[in-house]
Amino acid sequence: MKTRTLIGVAALALCAGAQAQKSTADGIAEYRKMLEDGNPAELFEAKGEALWSQKRGPKNASLERCDLGLGPGVVKGAFVTLPRWFADTQKVQDLESRLVSCMATLQGFDAAEIVKTPFGRGEMANVTALATWIAAESRGMRFNLPQSHAQERITYEVGKRAFFYRGGTHDFSCASCHGDEGKRIRLQELPNLTRNPGDGIGFAAWPAYRVSNGQMWSMQLRLNDCFRQQRFPYPGFGSEVTIALATYMGVNAKGAESIAPAIKR
Amino acid sequence: MNHARLLLSTVATMALLAACATSPSPAELDARATTAIKSSFRDQGIAKTDRLNQDLGQAACSSDKAPDDGTADRIMAEALYTVKWPAGGQFLGDWRAGEKLAQDGRGMTWTDSSADPNANGGNCYNCHQIDNREISYGTIGPSLWNYGKNRGVTDPAAPATAPIVQYTWVKLWNAKAYSACSNMPRFGHKNLLNEQQLRDIMALLLDPKSPVNQ
Repeated sequence: MKTRTLIGVAALALCAGAQAQKSTADGIAEYRKMLEDGNPAELFEAKGEALWSQKRGPKNASLERCDLGLGPGVVKGAFVTLPRWFADTQKVQDLESRLVSCMATLQGFDAAEIVKTPFGRGEMANVTALATWIAAESRGMRFNLPQSHAQERITYEVGKRAFFYRGGTHDFSCASCHGDEGKRIRLQELPNLTRNPGDGIGFAAWPAYRVSNGQMWSMQLRLNDCFRQQRFPYPGFGSEVTIALATYMGVNAKGAESIAPAIKR
Repeated sequence: MNHARLLLSTVATMALLAACATSPSPAELDARATTAIKSSFRDQGIAKTDRLNQDLGQAACSSDKAPDDGTADRIMAEALYTVKWPAGGQFLGDWRAGEKLAQDGRGMTWTDSSADPNANGGNCYNCHQIDNREISYGTIGPSLWNYGKNRGVTDPAAPATAPIVQYTWVKLWNAKAYSACSNMPRFGHKNLLNEQQLRDIMALLLDPKSPVNQ
């Protein structure tokens, strides 16, 4: 029933748009607003919350002592400060790569195995659910990534360079689509990620539930699919470029309110 | 007194050294970024890591600053030099096939099985308005509605029309010939579309019978 209503709204939006672009955009905005009512991301949040305290893995331990940057076990507020430097791993890590580290050290999982697992499967699906819950715990808070450690500043600079790096069959970089104001691909509005694009936009919206394919998408998967559409080769999960780009976007989004987990078309 | 001064200057020197050690130069950051990019990707299907190897234009257009005039001129000159003209001087094909290609955004990703141009679309509506009855169009490129009509093309074969026909062919073949850092892919040069596909898109834009020119 709900699905049918949504299709109706979408169809209406398309009809209206034939007369005026403005009403198309309005119709789509209305459609997205309706989607927010009952975001299936809540199911992943619940799964993630349960996974956090569940004793699992070879060491039969929970993740409750995992340090996401604000101290062991502190979840609230952590999401809006990531990626950041971690002394124990001697790396700048985003939420997902940090979770894999915790699953390895606390629970005894094989980090290399998890990193190789396709999105949506096995322990990778658990990482996504955990990230969804942890993001939700910072909903309404504002991004404020630390840049005090030298490696955090270097990672930002590497991210900026990766953002503008042209390559592949189509000469695309991230900046081809996300370097200007007010551009679209088809009807999809493209945030300018070289600065703060605003509350709940771009970096401040992921993880997000994708209605079009019924999947929960983490930031790592969001970046992965950007590179696919950019006609680039396949980025490794948690690879240096993905962390650097997240740092670039996260620092640029300073002050933006997080709405993650959001819902997308 | 002397000891205190010595200590102070030692501390200052150490702080300075620490600052040097923690603030790499732009060139060092460039090198670090290149290493990061080369180590972060792997081959997947038709999308191999050699796609990260940049040519002159890709490298020169990879920052928030435009290349210097000399470099830009060289990119444009080399791009123009590589353009292949269509066999038999036949520039226009079928606008219906062109519209289909313009709508089709597929091709060359790691989920596509073939890199043959016949498996690719033109991606045109992703970035351009073309036929104004299509409401789902992107805005990264300019509107192409009435492309031929606005340029006075009534007979694409007429000698007076040759400059605009040739300009359009070059733009599709290698857009960097006119703008060194154009966002537009080099459809002919990179073998994304074959000659016949390019002719069909030419017809969509220039054929007076095309819906684009009504």
